[in-house]
Amino acid sequence: MSGTGETAFAMTGGRVSLDRRDILRGIDLTVRPGEVVALMGANGSGKSTLVRALLGLTPLSGGQTLLYGSPPAKFREWWRIGYVPQRLAVGGGVPATVREVVTSGRVARQSRLRRTSPADKAAAASALEAVGLADRAGDPVQSLSGGQQQRVLIARALAGEPDTYVMDEPTAGVDADTQQLLADTLATLVLNGKTIVLVAHELGPLEPLITRGVVVREGRIAHDGRPPRPEGDCARPGHEHVHPHAAEATAGPLSGWRGEP
Amino acid sequence: MIELLGKQFFQLALIAALLVGLCAPAVGTFIVQRRLALLGDGIGHVALTGVALGFLTGTAPVLTAVAVAVIGAVAIELVRARGRTSGDVALALLFYGGIAGGVMLMGIAPGGSNAKLNSYLFGAIASVTTEDIWIIGALAVAVIAVVVIFGRELFVLCQDEEMARASGLPVRFLSLLIAVTAALTVVIAMRVVGLLLVSALMVIPVATGQQLTRGFRSTMTLAMLFGVVAAVGGLLASTLSARVPPGAAIVLLALCGFVLALGVGKFVRRGRPQESTVSERSSMRVEEVIR
Repeated sequence: MSGTGETAFAMTGGRVSLDRRDILRGIDLTVRPGEVVALMGANGSGKSTLVRALLGLTPLSGGQTLLYGSPPAKFREWWRIGYVPQRLAVGGGVPATVREVVTSGRVARQSRLRRTSPADKAAAASALEAVGLADRAGDPVQSLSGGQQQRVLIARALAGEPDTYVMDEPTAGVDADTQQLLADTLATLVLNGKTIVLVAHELGPLEPLITRGVVVREGRIAHDGRPPRPEGDCARPGHEHVHPHAAEATAGPLSGWRGEP
Repeated sequence: MIELLGKQFFQLALIAALLVGLCAPAVGTFIVQRRLALLGDGIGHVALTGVALGFLTGTAPVLTAVAVAVIGAVAIELVRARGRTSGDVALALLFYGGIAGGVMLMGIAPGGSNAKLNSYLFGAIASVTTEDIWIIGALAVAVIAVVVIFGRELFVLCQDEEMARASGLPVRFLSLLIAVTAALTVVIAMRVVGLLLVSALMVIPVATGQQLTRGFRSTMTLAMLFGVVAAVGGLLASTLSARVPPGAAIVLLALCGFVLALGVGKFVRRGRPQESTVSERSSMRVEEVIR
């Protein structure tokens, strides 16, 4: 599927202005399949706007952006994208169970007139298993803690079995356990050749997985290349970025996670 | 009551009550989740102009109400989607224009009277005609079809519009769809509880259901059940005395149900884990296995 030269995201000269204020001032960014890109930068640097613009959620005021070669308005293969927003939106107070929210991650793969299939249910179940929330499947998402809600968001993206994951601050305000679980989950995704773009303030346990760091400053890309990382093995050229937890992850909380069908 | 069942006006009223009880909470669940609980009210105001137009032009008021309510719903959705601060005021103008226009046109219309106006504002379930039932029935089928076919997408939309967009769902179409479906529901409920109380049947059963449930689907199912019980119960209550107006009886009954559920819900919730702890988790697991 991922032919040579295919790009997951390709933005050229991307500009975004909100209320006459320039948020992004000419961004050139190409993400190829299999890359694990961390978008970094201070608060207000425009990194969150950048991911939203990459997905077409925030319209560009200049330049263009492509999703697998198509502008967002013409893009039809949305099942290839798994978006993990910063926070779980719970709507106007009607409860929704963890299972309902996670299963809704399949919506881009489902056709209108068909009922939720056994494959949909199985994908949701293994996604829940992967984030360690199988035992909370029947609980309302509103009753979960912040870290658990973050897991629900990740499970929702996993359930869709996309090619590319886009995560807006998945590590923000999340306990150490959830951060580690996220790192383990991502390690498995990386092993399966998935593309990952994530916004992060600090990388924490995700750091060894990142293949490319993009630093955004005042709406421009200030650095694009090797992720900033401390000395040691990981800094060696040719390091394969295999996460130390990748091995145990297959036997750990991710054992229930099945790969692509 | 048995002898009432043999009378045609009562049979028609019963069918209307059943259809409203089913449709209004089903659509209402999405509307409440989308934080548009008062959308039904707004559409109801606008629909009054439609009713009056029917009297003025000699067409069935239900049909003209459908047309004007749909136009109003689309207008409201377009104002909402633009998200401007002046949208608030624009909506208010639309609502008052709808009521004032309705009252004015009704005054001019040859067959118009205050009694007729009242029957649309507060409902007149006993005066439902066979023609009304056919139209209400067709609208109800349309509303339920929308819920069944688009329910999954509407769930994502009402939960998180941005997520819907990132899933490639046709957000603008779905937003218009839910607004138009609400408009159809308003017209269905108009003859039963009246335009001023329409929203009550879209919101109260949902608020009642969510006191007792954990999920979206179960809330909707329970809300529909409460809706039917309130609508039919209120109708029956109104047969006890000619002084009991059915529309108000239905809404008050629904409110009683809500207060009751509030108490029961508190009791139910006490035995339910809010935050996961180790002991709670293990008990949850057992529950999962049993299920």
